[in-house]
Amino acid sequence: MSQTAEAGRIHHRTPRIGANPRAVVLGTLAFAVGLPLLLFSAILVLSPVTRPATVGAFLRACAGLLGLDVDPARWSQTGQYLLYGVSVAILAFVLINFGAVISGMTVWWEMRVSSRMQSRVGYNRVGAGGFFQWVADAVKLLLKEDLVPAEADQLLFRAAPYFVLTGFALTFVALPFGESLIASDLNVGIFYVVAVTALVVVGILLAGWSSNSKWALFGGMRSAAQVVSYEIPAGIAVMVPVLMAGTLSMQGLIRAQGAWPWEWFVFRNPAAALAFVIFFVAQLAEGNRTPFDLPEAESELVAGYLSEYSSFRFALYFLVEFGNLWVMAAVTVTLFLGGWQVPFAGPDTFARLRGTGDLPGLAWWGLQLVSMGVFVVKTLFVLNVIVWIRWTLPRIRVDQMMNLCWKYLVPGAFLAFVFTLGWELAVARAPALERVTGWILFAAFAVVAVLFLRQTRRNLELVGDRVDLTNW
Amino acid sequence: MEKLILRRVDRNDEEMILNFGPQHPSTHGVINFVVETDGEVLRKAVPDVGYLHRSIEKIGELVTWPGFMPYTDRVDYVAAMFPNEGYATAVERLLGIEVPPRAKYLRAISCELCRIASHLISVGTMAMDIGAFTPMLHGVRERETINDLIEALCGARLTYNYHRIGGVAFDLPTGWRDRVLAFLDHFDRFLGEFDRLISFNEIFVRRLANVAVIPREQAISYGLVGPNLRGAGVDFDLRRDLPYGAYPDFRFEVPVGKGFVGTVGDCFDRYYVRVLEMAESSRIVRQALEKIPEGEFLAKVPRKLKPAAGEALARVESARGEMAFYVVSDGGEKAYRVRARTGSFLAMGIVEDVSPGLMVADLVALIASLDVVAPEIDR
Repeated sequence: MSQTAEAGRIHHRTPRIGANPRAVVLGTLAFAVGLPLLLFSAILVLSPVTRPATVGAFLRACAGLLGLDVDPARWSQTGQYLLYGVSVAILAFVLINFGAVISGMTVWWEMRVSSRMQSRVGYNRVGAGGFFQWVADAVKLLLKEDLVPAEADQLLFRAAPYFVLTGFALTFVALPFGESLIASDLNVGIFYVVAVTALVVVGILLAGWSSNSKWALFGGMRSAAQVVSYEIPAGIAVMVPVLMAGTLSMQGLIRAQGAWPWEWFVFRNPAAALAFVIFFVAQLAEGNRTPFDLPEAESELVAGYLSEYSSFRFALYFLVEFGNLWVMAAVTVTLFLGGWQVPFAGPDTFARLRGTGDLPGLAWWGLQLVSMGVFVVKTLFVLNVIVWIRWTLPRIRVDQMMNLCWKYLVPGAFLAFVFTLGWELAVARAPALERVTGWILFAAFAVVAVLFLRQTRRNLELVGDRVDLTNW
Repeated sequence: MEKLILRRVDRNDEEMILNFGPQHPSTHGVINFVVETDGEVLRKAVPDVGYLHRSIEKIGELVTWPGFMPYTDRVDYVAAMFPNEGYATAVERLLGIEVPPRAKYLRAISCELCRIASHLISVGTMAMDIGAFTPMLHGVRERETINDLIEALCGARLTYNYHRIGGVAFDLPTGWRDRVLAFLDHFDRFLGEFDRLISFNEIFVRRLANVAVIPREQAISYGLVGPNLRGAGVDFDLRRDLPYGAYPDFRFEVPVGKGFVGTVGDCFDRYYVRVLEMAESSRIVRQALEKIPEGEFLAKVPRKLKPAAGEALARVESARGEMAFYVVSDGGEKAYRVRARTGSFLAMGIVEDVSPGLMVADLVALIASLDVVAPEIDR
C-alpha cells in the first residue's frame, strides 16, 4: 500500500483483547463452532423426544443419569400434560434462539462473501475474520435511541416488527433438521410454512404505512405488491413436489426422495427442474433479496419501508431478513434437493437402529446427527448461492418484476404443475421413467457445472488473476 | 412554474410530491429533485440545485491569478485535472504565454488518467444505483491505483492543483512511466472483466435500454456536452475537433452512441460511451508516454501576474463534457471575473423535460447516466 497507509498505523492502539492474535482466533473459533454446535445439539436431542409418548421416558433417563428417581409415568394426567407443555416451550425457545443466532451468522457469512467479491478486506476487527461483528452490531442497535416519529401511527409502528418476527419464527417449527429432528411434523407441513411466511407482508405493509413518510410508503407498497404476487408462482411450484410425493408433510416430502442427487425431486422430473427455478426465484422475491430488493432499494429509497426505524425495531427487521435466507434455503432443500437423506441409510436402517425401547439407542442418535449434517450442508450451499446472486446482479424495476411474475413465472408454474399431473400418471405405469430421467438430468447438470467452472477459470485468466485462497 | 411546484401541497391523494434528495445515496452529491409522482410513474421531476454553492467564481475575484488554481480543483473534484487545465489555458491565452511541449504532454497524461478515474466512478455509481454493488467497488479499486499514481506525481489524490499557469508543477518521478504502463496493461484487461460482469448483464440492459431517450436535436438544443452528447449520436469531441494542448499528436477514436442495445440516446448509450472512452484514454496515455519530449515543464512566468485588460475563453474536454473557462482581466493582480461553464449544470436543465412518464427507478438511471456531480452544478 501507499506510504500514507503506513503512516496511519502509527496512531493505532491495539486493543487489549486483540493483543494476542492466536487467542483471538481460538476464541472466535470456539464461539463460532461452539454456539451453533450447542444449538444444533439441543435441537438434535430435544426434537425427537418432545412427543407425548417419549418425553416422559426422556426425563426418566436424564434424571437417572443424575441419580434421581423421577418417573413421569406415575404422575397425574395434568402433570404429564404440563411436562409435555414445558418441553415444547423449551424446544420453541431453542428454535427461536437458533433462528436468531443463525441469522447473525448468516450476516457474517454474507458480509464476508461480499467483501471478497468486491475486492475488499471486509470485517476484520471484532474477532478473527470479523466473526463477532454481528454481535457488536446487535448491541449497537440495542443501545441506539429508539425513535418513533411523532406523526407515525403509534400502535402500528410499534407492532409491525413483531408481525415480521412471528412470521419468521413460526417457520422453524416445521423445518426438518434431520430424520426425526422436526419440532412438529404437521401433516400440512409445507402448506403451513407457505402460509406463515405470508405474515411478513403484513409487517412490511404496516411498517410502510405507519411510518407516515412517503418514501416508506413507497417501499411498503412495492414490497406488498412484490411479495403477494410472488406467492402465486411459489405456491404452484410447491405443488409439483407435493404431487410427486403425495403428501404435504415436510418429512413425507423428504422421505419420497432419495439420498443420491439423481433421486432428488429436482432431477427426477423435468417439470420439477422448472419448478425448482421458479420456486427459487419466487423465494428470492419473497425475501426481498436482490435482484428483487426494490422495497429496500438503497439507491432509491434510502431504506424504503424501514426508513423510520431505528434501534431494536430495525434490528428485528434485519434479523428476519437474514434469517429468512436460512428458511428459504431450508425449504428449497426440503422440497427439491433431498433434505436430510443420507446415502446408504434408508428408512429401514433408521428403524433398525431405533430399537424397540422407549428411548432410541445411541447409534440412532449418531445417524440423526449425520442426517442433520447433510441437511445443514445442503442448506448452507443454497444459502451461499442466494448470497452470491445478491452481490452479482442488479435490481429489476417494479414493472419488470411484475411482468416477470405474471407473464412468465405463473404460466411456467402452471405448466410445470399440469405436466407433473401427467408425469405422475406415466410414472405410476412405468417407474423406470423417473429413474432414467433422474440420471439424465443429473448428468446434464454435472456437464453444465463443469463447463461453468471452466468458463470461470477462463475469465480469471483473461484478466490476469488467479485463485488465491490464502486471503479468504 | 417551478416555484409553484415547490410550494404546492398535495391536491389529492393520487399525486405525491416528494423530495428526492438533497440527502440521498444516488443523486451524485447534494442535489434535490422535487418529483411529482402518480404512484410509481413520474409526472415531472424538477431539479432544485444550489446546495453545494460555494461561490467559487466570486472567490476568483478575491484571490490572485495563480492563487485561484486550488479552487479550480473544487469545481469538479471527481475529475480535478480538467478545471485546472481549463483555467490555466484561459489565463495563458490572456497573458499570451506559450506552454512548453513537455508540459502539454504532461497535462494530457494527467488529464487522461483523470478521465479514466472519473469514468470509473461514473460507471461504477451507475451500476450501484441500478443495484449492482460489486462493479462499483471493482472500479474504485482501479481508481485507487490511479490515485496512487497521481499522488506520486503531484502529491494529492483528489484535488490535485497540478497544473500551473504556464505548465505543470512537477515533472515525472523516476519509475512512474513503468508503473503507469503496468497499470494500463492490467486496466485494459479489467475493462473486459467489467463488461462481462455488468455491462451486458440482462437485468442491467433491461433497466437502461430505451430509457430516457434524448435524441440528437434535443441534446444539442439543451446544450448537453461530452458523453451525454456523444451518447445521443452527435460526433463531437473537443480533443479532436477543436484540439488544444498535445491532443493533435495523438491518434484515438471518439466513441459515439449508436443504440448499442436499444435506441440511440438512451441511458445505456450514455453509459457505454463512457466505458469505451476509458479504453481510448488508456491508448492516449500510452502514446503520450511514448512520445513525450524532453524539456522544461513550466514556462517562465513572472511572479506577480498582471495580464493586460481583456478576456479569454478556454474550452477543454472534461470527463463530463466540455468545460469552458472565461476569464476577464482588468489589468490587476486578481481576476475581474472568472466564469466556469460546466456540463453538469446544463444536464440539469434537461431532466425536467425528459422525466415525464419515467418511473422513479428510471429517474435514478437518468441522473446516473447524465453523470452529474453536484460541485460542477453549483460551484
